This record gives sequence, C-alpha cells and structure tokens, in this order.
Amino acid sequence: MTTDVATSRRGGFSIRRGRDAVLGVTGLVIVVALLEILPRSGIIDARFLAPASEIARELGAELGHGAFWTSFGQTLLGWATGLALSMVAGTVVGVIIGSVPFLRSLTASTIEFLRPIPSVALIPLVVLIYGSEPQSALVLVVYASFWQVLVQVLYGVADVDPVVRDTARSYRFSRWSMIRTVIWPTALPYVVTGFRLAAAVALILEITAELIIGVPGLGRDIGVAQSSGAVPLTYALVIVVGLVGVAVNVLARLVERRVLRWHSSVRKDVG
Amino acid sequence: MSLRSVAKQIAFALALPVILVIVWWFASAGSENYFWPPLTDIVEAFGETWTADKWTGDVLPSLGNLLAGYLLALVVGVLAGTVIGLSRTVRALCEPVLEFFRAIPPPVLVPIIALFTGFTGVVPKIVTITLGCLWPILLNTVEGVRGLDEVLLDTARSYRFRARTRLVRVVMHGASPQIAAGARQALSIGVILMVISELFGANRGLGASIVQFQRSFAIPQMWTGIILLGLLGVVLSVLFRVVEHRALAWYRGLRRAEKEN
Repeated sequence: MTTDVATSRRGGFSIRRGRDAVLGVTGLVIVVALLEILPRSGIIDARFLAPASEIARELGAELGHGAFWTSFGQTLLGWATGLALSMVAGTVVGVIIGSVPFLRSLTASTIEFLRPIPSVALIPLVVLIYGSEPQSALVLVVYASFWQVLVQVLYGVADVDPVVRDTARSYRFSRWSMIRTVIWPTALPYVVTGFRLAAAVALILEITAELIIGVPGLGRDIGVAQSSGAVPLTYALVIVVGLVGVAVNVLARLVERRVLRWHSSVRKDVG
Repeated sequence: MSLRSVAKQIAFALALPVILVIVWWFASAGSENYFWPPLTDIVEAFGETWTADKWTGDVLPSLGNLLAGYLLALVVGVLAGTVIGLSRTVRALCEPVLEFFRAIPPPVLVPIIALFTGFTGVVPKIVTITLGCLWPILLNTVEGVRGLDEVLLDTARSYRFRARTRLVRVVMHGASPQIAAGARQALSIGVILMVISELFGANRGLGASIVQFQRSFAIPQMWTGIILLGLLGVVLSVLFRVVEHRALAWYRGLRRAEKEN
C-alpha cells in the first residue's frame, strides 16, 4: 500500500468515526423512544413494559437508596472474587498441565468432558450445602469461569514455537526461567482472552445465583421486584445489570490493550 | 496411525476418567454424609429414576424447547446479522444497542418474560432460550460478514452472480467459520437457559425434576439428575462438533493449504 492511500484512508477514518458515533447515538435514541411510545400508546400493556421515562425516574430514585448500593457492591464483590480465584487456578493449572506433555494427554479427555457440564446443574447441590449464602454463588462462578481460563491457557502453552522451546532447552534454561521467558510471553495473549471470556461468564453466573438461589445482590432484587409487580423497578435493575455487563466488557478490553501493548496483535491497530 | 499408537491414545483418554470414577466409588463407599451418598446408591437410583416415562415426560420436552429456541435464534441471528453486517450505516446505527443487549446476562430475561406471561407453558421458555442464544450468533455473523474480503465480493459482483447466489455462496459461506463460533457459544447459553427456565417456574422438565428431588431431599436422585445434565451437555457438544466438522471441511482444507505454503 502506498503512503498516499494510507494517509487518505486515515483522513477518511476520523470523519467516518464521527459519523458512526452519531448513528450509534441515533440508534440508542430510537430504542428509548420506542420504549416510551409502545407502552404509552397501549400497543404493549404498561403492566408488562414500563415507559422509558418511568424506568428512568425509578432508576434515579434507586441511586439514592443505600440498599441499592449494598446489592450493587455484593454483586461486584462476588463477581470479582470468583473471577480472581478462577484466573489464578486456571492459569496455574493450565501452565503446569500444558508444559508437561504426559499430563496434557492424560487430562485432555477429562477436561473436554467436564467443560460442557452446565454449571447450573450444580445449583441444587450448592443450595443444599450453602443455602442462599454468597458461597453458593462463588462455587458456580468459579466452576464456570475456571474452564474458560484453563482451556485458553492450554491453547496458549501449546502455541509455543518448538524451535524456541528446543533452543531454550539446549541452553539448559531452568524450568522456572523456561516458564517465565518462553512459555509465559507466548501464552499471555491467550490468558488475556481467557480473562475476557471468564469476566463475562462470571457475571452471568453471579446474577443467576442471585436470581435463582436468592444470594443477596442485584439479581435477587430483580426477582423480588418482578414477583411483587414493581414493573418499572424490574426494568431499571435489568438496565443496571446490563450497564455493569457493558462496563465489564469495556474493562476487559482495556486490560487486554494494556497488558498486550507490546504484542503485535494490539500494536497493529494502534499504529 | 499404527494400532499401537491408537491403543495408546485410547488408554490416555480413558485413564483419568476411570481413575476419577474409581476414586469416587471408594471414597464414597461407606459415606454417611447426607449430601454425598455412595456412588453405588447413585448408580442404582439412576435406572429407577430415569425411566421411559420420565424421559418422554420431562427430558425430551426440555430438549425440544432447547432445539426449538436454538434453531429459531440461529435463523434470526444469521439473517439479521447478514443484513447488519453488509451495510456500514446499519451497522453503525445498531452497534451500541447490540452491545448493550449482549451485555445483559441472559438469565435476567426470565423475570422480564415472566412479567409478560407469568412463565407458564412452553412458549415463554422457548422465547427465553431464543433471546439468550440470539446475541452471540448475531454479533458473530456481523463480524464474519464484515470481515469478508472486498475483492471476493467485487469479483462475485463483476461475474454477475445473482444476488441470491452471492448472498448464500459468497457471503454466508465466507462468514460461516465465525457463525459457527457464535453458534457454539450460543449452545452452552441455551443449555443454561433451558435449565434456568425450568428452575424458575415450571413443574415439568429436567430442571424442574432436579429441583423437586432437591426439595424432597431425594439426594441420590438429585445426583442422577446432575449427572444426566452433565452427560447431555457432553453429548450436545460432541454433536455440535460433528456438524461443525462437516460444515467447515472446506475451511480446514484452506487453512491447511495456507500453512503448507
């Protein structure tokens, strides 16, 4: 590509970006408008769908309640604890299994078998053992997100260039410096992908546990609001949970960019 | 592959599961612990619990809901994703909205849909599964269509392929690896939602049965339900892989050829 084309493309880029942003906002406005018009005009019964303005009012009122922030904190704490545990466990187990060929072939079938077991199958068990305590949510969150991390780390370790590995071996690198200088840098992009996937899955399971088991948090509040017929509040809380989800995705992408600043996959689209 | 290496592979694949089951068998053998009954009891309960009646009354309807919801999401997701992916303007218009809907954890759909219908009967469950599975398929299709080679599209146009041929043969085909990735994510979400939709307000179905066992403290039976769900999860993911393997055979060949060059 000649520089000429490159620069003109980049010039066009920012104009396009601006246009895209305007269009994006327009899309959001349309959805909000529909949300206001449909229940107001009676096309959708207001008992089922609250108008946008009422949801917004309810949301504003909620932000002033201490109880809301307690739930909010409980959800985030459960999410973060579970995610941190599964990141550590998944990475450590993944690097160990991945760098020993014997272990890798021994565990492959078991991992493939355990991974698709839906974590919600464990709900009855954790209910019996812990009831609606935060531990119940923690077990589900860790179980679900552990596999996301582990599998990515295993891919990452398998991706190490055999020539580099053999070179390091012939230089008699110790096991630890092998992990630190050869395996880790190759596996890191995969670890970060694992983090991104696990962050989203962890939030889903945290909310599920709150909703179904009654672990304290935003999910439980949604269930209570729905069963007591507080329609605008139900929607307001769902929107909060959605925004938390968006924040989690954005955060994961920021972490990805920061951790992999040196990596070609990120440098390419910065440069 | 020689017979020896095949045998070795099989041995490796079976070794750990066999060890784990043996450990479970003996560790739980004389178990007095209420929550962890002996594996012998669970195995015994399995046959008694999941009779033909139970299969036709609970398991198959659950799987039917899953299949209906999933296929619906697949059709709607691929169609809408193609439309959104092909036009830059439509994409820019929809992107923030889609990002938001994707970020909503799918289980909160259950109380929302319950507001509308009270969550009895089959339809709300299928709708829940469809809405949950839709986003990964839709967004991956958009990505796949967007990532298509411009030259390929232009070539197809200049050869005057009919619009329909172009859409199916070039666009959908080219995006299919991405679509498959989305469909795989959607499948596990679908299984989760199948169970949750029954935990929430149903009296029939696999999830509902497991909860009934748990509430009536039929612990070995509850364990058989958990194991059955696990087995179903595994079978579904194997089935998915078989279908994907056949559908994407051309793609693997292409990758292999690229690697060799």
